[in-house]
Amino acid sequence: MRQFIQGIVENNHQATHLLQILRQIQSRFHYIPEEAIEQLSGLLNIPRTQIISVIEFYSFFHLTRRGRYELLISDSITDHMLGKKDLLGYLENKLAVAVGEVRSDGVVSLDNTSCTGMCDQGPAGLVNGYALTHLDHSSIDKIAALINQQKPLSEWPGELFQVDDNIHKSGLLLNQQLEQGAALKAVLMRGIKETLTEIDKSGLRGRGGAGFKTAMKWQFCSEEQQAERYVVCNADEGEPGTFKDRVLLNTYADQVFEGMTVCAAIIGAKQGFLYLRGEYLHLHDKLQNILEQRRRNGLLGTNILDAGWNFDIEICLGAGAYICGEESALIESLEGKAGIPRNRPPYPVTQGYLGKPTVVNNVETFLAAASIAVNGGDWFAHIGTEKSKGTKILSISGDCARPGIYEYPFGVTVQTILHDCGADDVLGVQVGGPSGSFISDQEFERKLAFEDLATGGSFIIFNTRRNILDMVHNFTHFFAHESCGFCTPCRVGTSLLQKQMDKIVEGHGSAGDVVALEELCQLVKNYSHCGLGQTAANPILTTLERYPDLYQSRLKEISYEPGFDLDGALETARRMANRDDAGAHLAQIEVNEHE
Amino acid sequence: MANKIRVATTSLAGCFGCHMSFLDIDERMLQLVEVVEFDRSPLTDIEHCTHCDIGLIEGGVCNSENVHVLREFRNNCKILVAVGACAINGGLPAMRNHIPLEECLNEAYLDGIGVENPQIPSDIELPLLLDQVRPIHEVVKIDYFLPGCPPSADVFWKFLTDLIEGREPSLPYELVHYD
Ligand SMILES: Cc1cc2nc3c(=O)[nH]c(=O)nc-3n(C[C@H](O)[C@H](O)[C@H](O)COP(=O)(O)O)c2cc1C
Ligand code: SF4
Ligand code: SF4
Ligand code: FES
Repeated sequence: MRQFIQGIVENNHQATHLLQILRQIQSRFHYIPEEAIEQLSGLLNIPRTQIISVIEFYSFFHLTRRGRYELLISDSITDHMLGKKDLLGYLENKLAVAVGEVRSDGVVSLDNTSCTGMCDQGPAGLVNGYALTHLDHSSIDKIAALINQQKPLSEWPGELFQVDDNIHKSGLLLNQQLEQGAALKAVLMRGIKETLTEIDKSGLRGRGGAGFKTAMKWQFCSEEQQAERYVVCNADEGEPGTFKDRVLLNTYADQVFEGMTVCAAIIGAKQGFLYLRGEYLHLHDKLQNILEQRRRNGLLGTNILDAGWNFDIEICLGAGAYICGEESALIESLEGKAGIPRNRPPYPVTQGYLGKPTVVNNVETFLAAASIAVNGGDWFAHIGTEKSKGTKILSISGDCARPGIYEYPFGVTVQTILHDCGADDVLGVQVGGPSGSFISDQEFERKLAFEDLATGGSFIIFNTRRNILDMVHNFTHFFAHESCGFCTPCRVGTSLLQKQMDKIVEGHGSAGDVVALEELCQLVKNYSHCGLGQTAANPILTTLERYPDLYQSRLKEISYEPGFDLDGALETARRMANRDDAGAHLAQIEVNEHE
Repeated sequence: MANKIRVATTSLAGCFGCHMSFLDIDERMLQLVEVVEFDRSPLTDIEHCTHCDIGLIEGGVCNSENVHVLREFRNNCKILVAVGACAINGGLPAMRNHIPLEECLNEAYLDGIGVENPQIPSDIELPLLLDQVRPIHEVVKIDYFLPGCPPSADVFWKFLTDLIEGREPSLPYELVHYD
């Protein structure tokens, strides 16, 4: 082990590479052994407690040994809609291991994980970090057999790992694959300042959710009086129901890298990073090859296109943390730390990676920027609405005939989208993922645009046979699980929301419980430090607003009932004291309750 | 006399620190008893609650008896108040929540150091422990929460005088500011 770790650290000798180092150790030993922590602490010169806090922060790192096959099944609502619960039970049986456990022979461990970005081809999972799609009974039979025979992953049939693009509708961007280098040559021809003017003219706004004007962000960054600057592509794509960045990186990666290089030329950056969520490990080698090819072709590295530009891109993998999609948490993670959001301001454009001015943009934003560099600002701006120019690439999943990728001009109505993807009998749509909002069948004339329904691209369809409260329950658990724990309103609040939601869904709610739930929502929303906490109550708030009766109907006609099984809570004591008399029991609701 | 406001108090899984802090209102107690009459309370030794206006509960819920007492208070008090960290969150006693009850009982009665005649107490007179210590609002509906460990005498004073004088109780920042 010593030698193995010495070996990795020789190639990654900086503390900023801690995440990448831990990934390799976890993948080799299936946990991070104490000796490894000691050794790393010495080699990288960081306290062991800091290394432990990083290990504990990311859900793909473990202090205790996981199975040689680490199996994780996605717990996204879309997987549940495709029968995940039943499949998980089947897996537990087949592999003789319970969820959350390691089998006694150490061969396999099984657990849940947050959305893996395969919502159009679920139920999905990960084995030792590699994506598994279209899980069903027969593929699980195969997987269980391969694990029991301890076959290396390289010998597993490729179809288990098949990830499809499922592009069903292309528009402005997806229709036109740029030739490698085309955007950079266009910048060279037009000039750097002039290219920024075109991007400004295009009206391009960030595609990661917040919708900040891209040209303005680049301008601010370039105006900072600093020698070093950085470009970061945010490919953390953790919002359940979003998977378009995966497709863009699978099929349009060259153009995304080109967009980053255009940005680097404009702001004067020499180093860029692609922060790739750990769940997309299957894309890693392919992307490295593309980078290598770009270097060979003089489009990356030193003296790009003989124009004297120097810029290179490094790929950094995440390790299972939704919060790392938030730009300042992402930067912390790039620096090898736990992904805890920073105070903003200062924004990354002034103080980002290593305290230097940094542009963070979504994958789709860079893709669009490259196209605009080639085609000009007007080409983009003539499509869309007044405040939302161009097109938006959507990830569509849930109850429809053709889930997958759809590109639409901004301003498209929900109705049109539902028609195109073959969705009938629709109850409502979750737009923008759990942090977005739920819209009911009364609102299908609404438009996708920053002016109306803003979205990072997640579009999950629910038909009338679905239960909205199940969805809210799932999303609320997601946020409680993903809260980074830094601030109390979110750390404690999301757990309380989860508890209160469980209480109501499980039928223990009574008169005041919905009001209490709503008050709690407002508290979490208004007092949390970052966007995660500020949006964690949205699933409840947006459905409570539309379907108040649904919540009320779950309540009992009494003033109060405990949210847990009171008599069950005495079970251990009863057994140990060997009692079963009347005094050893409690009624859930008091019989002669005075109202 | 008949119009006095009736107040009951009790300590469930608490340390009596909240009651002690209440008594720290010192000579203001004389003012209080002008308008208040105490019903069931460790201060009076009255064993059961009758109809009351205000019930003050210290401590969380750790056993079956706590549940019965708490229900008695809820059924008799118009306004029920969670007093102190233990009532609000479980507090110190809830530190056992991280350890399975079985291990706690084994340690205390069977294999702990110095245990003689090891056995798990079993008598119908004894309340049974819940597997987790619970905040009181998870067992009955609670109307107000007085934070602090313990809430200061001034908190009690401000809260009770507000209620007695018919105002919606509110605690100024200085009274709930702890550092
Ligand atoms: C909890 C949280 C998660 C986020 N996840 C992502 C993400 O996965 N991808 C992304 O591009 N932006 C994400 N964002 C938004 C980023 O903070 C940032 O605004 C964005 O990357 C900026 O790029 P853009 O201007 O191109 O949209 C997230 C924000 C929050 C608060
Ligand atoms: S709001 Fe939640 S995710 Fe954001 S900093 Fe606070 S605890 Fe962390
Ligand atoms: S809140 Fe503090 S003072 Fe009050 S009972 Fe609990 S430990 Fe004692
Ligand atoms: S120290 Fe406990 S919440 Fe702040």
